[in-house]
Amino acid sequence: MFVTYDAGKVDVAVIGAGHAGIEAGLAAARLGCSVVVFTINLDAVGNCPCNPSIGGTAKGHLVREIDALGGEMGKTADACMLQSRMLNLGKGPAVHSLRAQIDRNAYSKMMKHKLELCENLSLRQAEIVDLTREDGVWLAVTRMGAVYRASTVILATGTFLGGKIFIGDVSYESGPDGMFPAAFLPNSLEKLGISLRRFKTGTPARVLRSSIDFSKLEEQKGDEPVIPFSYDTMEKLENKAVCHVSWTNDRTKQVILKNIHRSPLYSGSIEGIGPRYCPSIEDKVVRFPEKPRHQLFIEPCGLDTEEMYLQGMSSSLPEDVQIAFYHTILGLEQAQIMRSAYAIEYDCCDPLQLNSSLEFRNFPGLYGAGQFNGSSGYEEAAAQGLIAGINAARKVQKKPPVLLDRAGSYIGTLIDDLVTKGVADPYRMMTSRSEYRLVLRQDNADERLTPLGREIGLIPDDRWRRFSEKQRQKEEELKRVKSTVFPPSEALNAILVSHETSPVSTGIRLSELLKRPQITYADLEEIDLERPNYDKAVFENVEIELKYEGYILRQKADIEEMRRLERKTLPEEIDYHEIRGLRLEAVEKLNRVRPENIGQAGRISGVSPADISVLLIWLMGKGREKIN
Amino acid sequence: MREGTTIAAISTAQAPGGIGVIRVSGPDARKIADRVFFAKSGKRAADMKGYTASFGKVCSRNGEKLDDAVLLLFAGPKSYTGEDVAEISCHGGLYVTQRVLREVLEAGAEPAGPGEFTRRAFFHGKIDLAQAESVMGIIGASGEQAFRAAEAVSDGRLSKRIGMVREKLMGLASHLSAWADFPEEEVPEIEEEELCSVLETSKKELCALLSGFDSGKIFREGLYTVIAGRPNAGKSTLMNLLAGCERSIVTQYAGTTRDVVEETVLLGGIPLRLADTAGIRETDDPVESIGVTVTKEKLKMAQLVLAVFDGSQPLEEEDFQLMELLHGVPSIAVVNKKDLENVIQLQKIAANFSHVVFLSAMTGSGLENLEQELKKLLRLETFDPSAGILCTERQRHDVQQALSAIEEAKTALDGGLTFDAITVCVEDALSALFSLTGEHVSEEIVDRVFENFCVGK
Repeated sequence: MFVTYDAGKVDVAVIGAGHAGIEAGLAAARLGCSVVVFTINLDAVGNCPCNPSIGGTAKGHLVREIDALGGEMGKTADACMLQSRMLNLGKGPAVHSLRAQIDRNAYSKMMKHKLELCENLSLRQAEIVDLTREDGVWLAVTRMGAVYRASTVILATGTFLGGKIFIGDVSYESGPDGMFPAAFLPNSLEKLGISLRRFKTGTPARVLRSSIDFSKLEEQKGDEPVIPFSYDTMEKLENKAVCHVSWTNDRTKQVILKNIHRSPLYSGSIEGIGPRYCPSIEDKVVRFPEKPRHQLFIEPCGLDTEEMYLQGMSSSLPEDVQIAFYHTILGLEQAQIMRSAYAIEYDCCDPLQLNSSLEFRNFPGLYGAGQFNGSSGYEEAAAQGLIAGINAARKVQKKPPVLLDRAGSYIGTLIDDLVTKGVADPYRMMTSRSEYRLVLRQDNADERLTPLGREIGLIPDDRWRRFSEKQRQKEEELKRVKSTVFPPSEALNAILVSHETSPVSTGIRLSELLKRPQITYADLEEIDLERPNYDKAVFENVEIELKYEGYILRQKADIEEMRRLERKTLPEEIDYHEIRGLRLEAVEKLNRVRPENIGQAGRISGVSPADISVLLIWLMGKGREKIN
Repeated sequence: MREGTTIAAISTAQAPGGIGVIRVSGPDARKIADRVFFAKSGKRAADMKGYTASFGKVCSRNGEKLDDAVLLLFAGPKSYTGEDVAEISCHGGLYVTQRVLREVLEAGAEPAGPGEFTRRAFFHGKIDLAQAESVMGIIGASGEQAFRAAEAVSDGRLSKRIGMVREKLMGLASHLSAWADFPEEEVPEIEEEELCSVLETSKKELCALLSGFDSGKIFREGLYTVIAGRPNAGKSTLMNLLAGCERSIVTQYAGTTRDVVEETVLLGGIPLRLADTAGIRETDDPVESIGVTVTKEKLKMAQLVLAVFDGSQPLEEEDFQLMELLHGVPSIAVVNKKDLENVIQLQKIAANFSHVVFLSAMTGSGLENLEQELKKLLRLETFDPSAGILCTERQRHDVQQALSAIEEAKTALDGGLTFDAITVCVEDALSALFSLTGEHVSEEIVDRVFENFCVGK
């Protein structure tokens, strides 16, 4: 007989202590809730079972936004940084993205320690095997029979939920990195009425550093000076490691093609849907047969380990095939595999079941975050975890949820995409997913979100003071550049001509000069004598806003329009069948997605502008009925 | 959809009617009216009081006079929509009405969505809920129709050309996206030259589309129609019936070689441009024989031939000649004088024409049969012409929007701005070209990135 015991009552129970669970737990506890965070293995807190890096295109934006809202990822990534690069320099400020290689063990340990030190939070190694709701209280039961009563629950189960690993024709139930999986919870969730689906992802092998011949490989260094993720990181950061680049070749391709029938992906034993942006090397070879070679990056996993990560080379081929094809690659001829590449299949939910606060529409107090919601990536997970944690806490405290919209952040865009469009494969953030990307830049994430973070209660006083000072400087500087006029001079014209832009014959405002794409602050240093001693980021920010002013203004107009539609909320209980004039396709989509407002409704594919008109009239009619 | 915008549409039915009214509603209604309408008295719409009218002319941007017109001004909130409303009444005629609407849109109005005037009226409390609910039904229906119309024209040349531009821009947008989102992968560099050339060709194509719009569509241009038949068969009576005072929207405009080139009449909402109507009208002279004078070339040029036969008489040599000439020409046999005894050899007619209509040009009875056969011939039985026009006018607006976005992209490129700004412009252009079908650009781009580029760690 399964004996249970009462383990007490908490405000928020977080299931999973990966990147989503960490942010969820910390945010809720910092907002004053009693929190328990469950993890199947205490050594798995903040684990990075795939790439040892944080950030990247659009993901770097997410990390900055998490930081601006008072999350933890950026700070910890800075502290564990091995190498940092600002990607896409030269391609425009909208797509500048920060990425850092990190020491994955250090990261995991530091995150675990932060959870341990956090007030109101208890970190517990336990597998949740059952989740039910009784009299408005959630009951989370551990494998050992402890029953936790929780007002709210956040599911942040990652690849543990029903996890199954595939390497060739070997497959077994497992979480990531050989941890055991959460094998009972899927059943319990389905009994509750949550529909689950199978997704999969994969990771490359880790090889021993000393078995790699780096002398043949191109080195990739970090940027100097290092720009941190976090607005809290004050100390100067140093690059501590380098990465290397290599390429596959025809032999690699031949080995893979000869053994392709042994891949579980091609034999059909994996049913989960994999992420399009993270294809295995066998996928790449099969889908792009005309490509003679594929690039890979060799990245260190940490300072106190000799494990090296082979970015771009994930695979689920059998071990002997892995050894064979890795050995065809320049520099890896003698590579000694320490951990094999594998594919992992896991259960996740259809995020259309959630609303924008990440709460299940049909299960009050139950939230989802991270891979459980059909996304992929540490940063995407952390972003959702933070929002789920904030909203669970606010639910407990009877406050309205914090809803981020597409116009204000990548986090809002991510959540909106998940809950209104749904996902067909694991969702990765990309800059192309944001229609407002000239406004949503990584350089202004603090300006966009720190005030909200402060309002929520996650931005401490000193941080707020620094932020306010930076904003003051920005305002001052904007004023200064608009009122500073340079008379025509030989010095000025020499600068202009040397940057291939036209000289001036009359006085010109500093702001006008900075609007020219060819001219930067640095170029004008010798003639701009009154320049105050501000934070470098202030100048960068001012310059971008001047140069892209026209585009930014246009996007802001679009944002106004979008927000106007978002303010028109649709009641939860609408039966769209009963609204006259809607097309059948629209009725079906609307009933399934159940948008929260007109703006969301308009983004659902299959809902036409005429359908929106019908909805608007129906809404106005509703409003008038109430008044009458 | 946007509040605070000014919308415009033709508010009279796109059907027979002497006068065409273009309704403009919104905060800029007066301003827009002043850009296209010039009162004889010199008074500006901005200074007019509500419920007053002014006589003058409508001109194009180039100063070309389009028509005499009356401007009626209703000051909000005392108007149908509750906003400032300007109504321009012109002489009607599909062509002129459309041209005036075009000018109004060029002057800053947006094409009104289905039922949008009524929606605004409801919003401003001018009509009650019951009325609004019936409007929802209408919007739903016309939205559905617009959808079907969009699908129906998707096989057309016009849509194919738009599709080609879309395809090119989509290729560019997904390349730009892959290049920005996967900086460390082997995405080919964006060559400025290539970018420039795609923008340039797209711009050219869109410009060509815009200028070709006037001749592009059946509903816009009408069908070049010849009425043929031997003398006394009833050609001119049919002509008069079609152009009859009640039904006619007679549009006459100056041609290059003659004062009157052609006359347009509306049959079932479809404009028929009657060739040489002046001739037909003037020569009620039975001596002149059309069967002889209508040259083969003329018949070949015709998009529609109405072949008139006298049903009260047996077929004659000229009738057979005409049938011979009409092989392979879209035509409808009009068996006239159905009020008299029928003696014509119907099997012969039926063997030569797939569309046969009986009517009396004299009394007008049976004219509805001609309408139906025409729609059958054009495969337009289920097509609402007003939806068709709405959809093309929207398309034009969308193309115009896309064009300005592309011009902006070019300016950004020439000015040396970074590619992120250019990407945003290209995506705006795509959004405009996608808006008709309600597809979503960003998903489409993301799909293309993964389809076409080997990216991902």
